[in-house]
Amino acid sequence: MKNLSVERLGMVYELPKGGSVQALDDVSFDLEAGRLLTLLGPSGCGKTTLLNIIAGFLAPTSGSVTLGGDPIRGPGQERGMVFQQGALFEWQSVAQNVAFGPRMNRKKRSETNELVQDLLATVGLQGFGDKAVYELSGGMQQRVALARCLANDPEVILMDEPLGALDALTREKMQSLILKLWQETGKTIVLVTHSVEEALYLGDRLFVMAPRPGRVEREYELPFAAKGLHVDPREMKASPEFIEKREELLSLIWEMEEQIMGHDGGMS
Amino acid sequence: MKALGSFTGREGAVRKGASGRKTVTFGDASEVKGSPLWSVASLLFVAFVWWWIKRGTEPMINDRTFPSMRQTWDAFFELATDGYRRVSLWDHTWASLWRVLKGLVYGVIVGVPVGFAMGLSNRLRGIFDPIVELLRPVPPLALLPLFIVWFGIGEGSKVNLLFFAAVWIMVIAARAGVLGVRGSKVHAAYSLGANKWQILRYVILPNALPDIFTGMRVALGVCWGTLVAAELTGTTTGLGAMIFAASKFFRMDVVVVSIIVIGVIGVAMDLVMRFLERRLIPWRGKG
Repeated sequence: MKNLSVERLGMVYELPKGGSVQALDDVSFDLEAGRLLTLLGPSGCGKTTLLNIIAGFLAPTSGSVTLGGDPIRGPGQERGMVFQQGALFEWQSVAQNVAFGPRMNRKKRSETNELVQDLLATVGLQGFGDKAVYELSGGMQQRVALARCLANDPEVILMDEPLGALDALTREKMQSLILKLWQETGKTIVLVTHSVEEALYLGDRLFVMAPRPGRVEREYELPFAAKGLHVDPREMKASPEFIEKREELLSLIWEMEEQIMGHDGGMS
Repeated sequence: MKALGSFTGREGAVRKGASGRKTVTFGDASEVKGSPLWSVASLLFVAFVWWWIKRGTEPMINDRTFPSMRQTWDAFFELATDGYRRVSLWDHTWASLWRVLKGLVYGVIVGVPVGFAMGLSNRLRGIFDPIVELLRPVPPLALLPLFIVWFGIGEGSKVNLLFFAAVWIMVIAARAGVLGVRGSKVHAAYSLGANKWQILRYVILPNALPDIFTGMRVALGVCWGTLVAAELTGTTTGLGAMIFAASKFFRMDVVVVSIIVIGVIGVAMDLVMRFLERRLIPWRGKG
């Protein structure tokens, strides 16, 4: 198992009209293997930028990211990615989508088929292998995306608002599925979200990020994810400790939003 | 409750065979699907007008200018069985279709790779952009004199002309298909271990197929229209050649039969393409 290490990361975007935006400023942290880190913050705080740098889609302007001591220079299959939606291949069946990674690696077909069936069962999609992805609901499509990502057995799974497009009920079910996968596989997960509740419920560690410049404003170690599967999710989310943390985070983020509004003269 | 009652009709009573319906239909695109009954009526009206202008012994329009329906049918029958100038209607039609298919296939073979190159590389986009943009608006027939000099008066100039008509459409379509790929799909594929060739083969190509197919449909229509004009010179086969030969002898019945065949085949080709599209690219628009 490999630890993820982010060191003095800086990211500056040049604007086409001149000037620049400091999307990330001096972000450093170590994430031990097997942790689930959630990134929360208002728009423009650099959380997606951070995720894309770890994924290797963006090169930072300064600093470095290493996984198990190896520097990250581009995308790689030891870092799987789950997107919000629309990243499945609609020209392939559900099973073909899940088999994509092993197929690119020229794995044996029989082994791959077995793996695909196992993974579909894991995410609760037994018997859906031959369906077209566009025949599935949004929640089921995200289950396929999770299975596709797991097929390559990555060290780290990066999730960019994976449940952002789902309705509230489906979202709760999918949160439980992510917890289950995390606990069963022991993967390191970094998950970006807009939802305070989701960040609290899923995060074994949580970073609240702040904009201008993008940075980690506050860090939390949380107990909820570890208990998650043994306690009813609704009960957990209604517990006094959970509510207290939720309100604390909400007011923190509200303050940031207020500051941004003041900064812009109340616009946007 | 009163308002609801008045909305559903007499005291909320459910009429026999009644079904819920929209009250706003004007401007709702999903409510406008055409009407087969009116389409049939429209065709019958055209036939009626044709009959009206040719009725009686002294018709409004004489036979030299425009044939009657009866004469057209007889001409069709004669062309279908004996042919025109010893070449049957089917051979003329086949000659035309074959040219169009050849032009289209060459257009696809050259246009798709060029379009892909333009969608994938800044340098190749820069190289091809001025050529494509300058030649695309040129009507293919404007090049016919050059093509006749280069490729001869026969098949060569015609197929090359159709290739010219098809290739720019295919370039633009393939380029649009490549540029339309969602970044997250490409990113996902890289994260799953795909290399550049695999991205091209398993992500970009299938993602571009719907656009390529649309391009082929458009190109087929344009080629068909260009072809008939191109056949007016330098050949004795093809529907265009048949029109041109018949016009010299004032055989307007043959001209009209040719026009109808050209129209019907144009429609048939589009129906075939739409059928193939549904079969081959069921995921169109479902991304």
